[in-house]
Amino acid sequence: MSELIRNAAGRLIPTRINELETKPYQGVGAWRPSGRKWSPPIRSAADFPVDGNKCVSSIHDALKRAGIRDGMTISTHHHFRNGDLVARAIFDAAAELGVKDLRWFPSASFPCHAPLIDHLESGVIHHIEGSMNGPLGGYCSRGKMRGLGVLRSHGGRWQAIQDGEVRIDIAVLAAPTADPFGNATGDRGPSACGLLGFGLADSLFADHVIVVTDNLVPFPCVPWQIQGNNVDSVVVVDKVGDPSRIVSGTTQITKSPDRLLIAEYAARFVRDSGIMRDGFSFQAGAGGTALSFGIYLREMMREAGVKAGFVRGGSNRYLVEMLEEGLTPYILDGQTFDLEGVRSMRENPGHLNTSPFTSYNFHGKGNFASMVDVVILGATEVDIDFNANVVTHTDGRLLHGIGGWQNCLASKCTILAVPSFRNRVPVVLDRVTTLCGPGELIDVIATERGLCINPRREDLIEALRGSDLPLIEIAELKAEVERICGGPPAKPAQSEQVVAAIQWVDGTTIDCVHAVK
Amino acid sequence: MTHDPSTRGHAGEAGSRGPRVRSDCWIRFEPAEKGGLEIELKSTAEAYYGESIDALLREGCAALGAEHGALLCEDGGAVPFVLMARLEAAIREAGLETKGDWLPPIHDPARGATRRDRFRRSRLYLPGSQPKLFLNAGLHRPDAIILDLEDSVAPAAKLASRILVRNALRQVDFMGAERMVRINQGELGLSDLEQIAPHGVDLILIPKVESAGEVQAVDGRIRELSADEVFLMPIIESARGVANATEIAGASDRNVALTIGLEDYTADIGVQRTESGEESLWARCAIVNAARAFGLQAIDSVYSDVGNVEGLRASVDEARRLGFEGKGCIHPRQIGVVHAALAPAANEVDRARRIVRAFRKAEARGLGVVSLGTRMIDPPVVKRALATVDMAIATGRLAGDWESADEE
Repeated sequence: MSELIRNAAGRLIPTRINELETKPYQGVGAWRPSGRKWSPPIRSAADFPVDGNKCVSSIHDALKRAGIRDGMTISTHHHFRNGDLVARAIFDAAAELGVKDLRWFPSASFPCHAPLIDHLESGVIHHIEGSMNGPLGGYCSRGKMRGLGVLRSHGGRWQAIQDGEVRIDIAVLAAPTADPFGNATGDRGPSACGLLGFGLADSLFADHVIVVTDNLVPFPCVPWQIQGNNVDSVVVVDKVGDPSRIVSGTTQITKSPDRLLIAEYAARFVRDSGIMRDGFSFQAGAGGTALSFGIYLREMMREAGVKAGFVRGGSNRYLVEMLEEGLTPYILDGQTFDLEGVRSMRENPGHLNTSPFTSYNFHGKGNFASMVDVVILGATEVDIDFNANVVTHTDGRLLHGIGGWQNCLASKCTILAVPSFRNRVPVVLDRVTTLCGPGELIDVIATERGLCINPRREDLIEALRGSDLPLIEIAELKAEVERICGGPPAKPAQSEQVVAAIQWVDGTTIDCVHAVK
Repeated sequence: MTHDPSTRGHAGEAGSRGPRVRSDCWIRFEPAEKGGLEIELKSTAEAYYGESIDALLREGCAALGAEHGALLCEDGGAVPFVLMARLEAAIREAGLETKGDWLPPIHDPARGATRRDRFRRSRLYLPGSQPKLFLNAGLHRPDAIILDLEDSVAPAAKLASRILVRNALRQVDFMGAERMVRINQGELGLSDLEQIAPHGVDLILIPKVESAGEVQAVDGRIRELSADEVFLMPIIESARGVANATEIAGASDRNVALTIGLEDYTADIGVQRTESGEESLWARCAIVNAARAFGLQAIDSVYSDVGNVEGLRASVDEARRLGFEGKGCIHPRQIGVVHAALAPAANEVDRARRIVRAFRKAEARGLGVVSLGTRMIDPPVVKRALATVDMAIATGRLAGDWESADEE
């Protein structure tokens, strides 16, 4: 067990995370990187078929050609969300090849990946570095994984790859459509998922890149979201994903009256604060509350005759309608949440394919996230200093990945839309269980009992003067929630054992997660 | 159920159980002669509130005289007043004569703020067996909430719901909404009052009223139980009730409003309820007329298609034209639509402002006659204009200080 040290946020974190020495979180924007980016080995066209046909017979074969061996890092993307069939096939093949102790480095995992627990148990997979929820989150939370889970944001994953903190031996990129050269796209084919941005860094920095598709088209595959020049081999399988579950994220509009109320308050805040004006930009996450926020805001934009400058995805049919109606000229999209999003990305030149590099990477020459006027996100917990948790439940169990959440906090105004309590368990606490986002970046907490504006944002408080929105001090909100719930919740006992590290957007460690007792 | 000789009475249970239950719990209590109390608790909130739930259950058993027995609690995140209600109901269902009171403290800061003539534009129905819906009901800003003990509560849950509703009246902050309870019909309803009338209810809805006597029975029972001002709203839901609407409206000084239940009424006269509603037009007009004859508010039935906002808007608009001042709501998202549809139009507000201004001037000069330009304004027109101005202020269409602003 590694020693613990205290970082600038006051959190105790391990001094080593798996093989690497920890860089403790130093504050927002404080850590300055140096050196040069990681780069993959130089290859020669002499070693690749001149006819451009890189097809091999199976994933098994492709892994063997890539020289898979014990201890390697295998990466995948999560554009197929809960419909992914490829990750499991990779580790089944690795098991057949008798390989052990692999590190799986997905951009996110989903409940459909629960069968990989068998490979963790048997030793094929050593540990997972990527968001874990559902059964895998439970497995990690119980302290059963051999290495530490490392949770990174989408931008933080790009940063870790480009900075050489995670060196990918083999990237396996599932693609809805590809050609034999390895050019690939996500916007068409029977398993269309829109784009492949979460696999882009993997294609650029991994030693070996394997494209897996169930829709091989003759060269050239256009558009090529993944460039075949980075690809070693192409595998054709029967099915890369289950289309009915690819767009199965939290994409239903909420019917909960309380969540609708939160969404409405958040939208009214954006309007009444003056953020909603011609040329403004916004991003809303994938949850039901965020979706409903978009629908309320759209209505308010129509009423006021306001048009956005751009809107950030994840896209869904409501954003697509806004694009088609002319309420925004562009959707800058990182992932499509429904088939309308996929169609629009394919057909509409204003619907642009972005990647964690353009949108989120903190170790770049700027990124899109900080240019967004307002972003609506969720959280599992918030505290009276406006810090927030998005990965664990109050009892410390891993529940969600970070996704783009940390990266989006860079926007000009960050609103967390959360219920003030869930099923008797308060969401507003003295101190969040796991720190994922520092309070100085969180401007508004929108709950069904009113909105709390971060006292640092005097400009927003001033802008809301005269509005009939219910504003409430966060301490007052916490007191009211505790009155309803029957006092502050007891702090569940934590195990000494650290099971996962939470990385900040710059690769420093902001907090860690302990095993659940 | 077989009786173990060592037990006293039989097991009682109350509440809801299962993996989908939220903000409620299920409690089973099996009394015994001796051996103390054995508590088994499973709770989704156990990590945070396990100890406090255990302490609360022990306190309740002691307060209610259930010292010996086996208590099983399956909790899906019930807040304390719900746990208390479920425990009390389980102990009572077990046939124990509960001793003493075990009541949650009174909290609602807006208690006792009701008035005879307050707005009753929207009233949100909350099934009395579903505490999950109580906690945030006030946030949606209905003029009133109705904790329902009648049709939305299954017969087996009547006793438990009565206790739950009592505790909710004491504990839940309904944020200024008038606190209404719909009791059951007949004798059951009169015994509901024992748990309801003394605990801060503002208004009792009496279901399926067909005669003045039924209203008077409720009025009399309230008088025995509480010194508070508790209003009544009879619901007429049958042909006989409509025929007797006038005597019902005049049956009690506590009456402040009269309403109609169209599902039962249309069934009673043997027709289908339609979207256009011509089958109940006469009955609804009869209700409006009877209400007005005694200075009561006429309140319309509910609109049941929650997903149909346009239909609701049209229905409220029609109700308003017939003379109704309120509508029942079965989902919080209907409230805003109802309020907007009942709000006076801009030209109505303008005209009402001019009349009210003329009335104030006449008052200031001690004149008995109000005139606007060259026209005399009759007192009932003034009265209606005052009501329109009040409504315009309440719905945000007119500033509260419009009179001083107009003078500038």
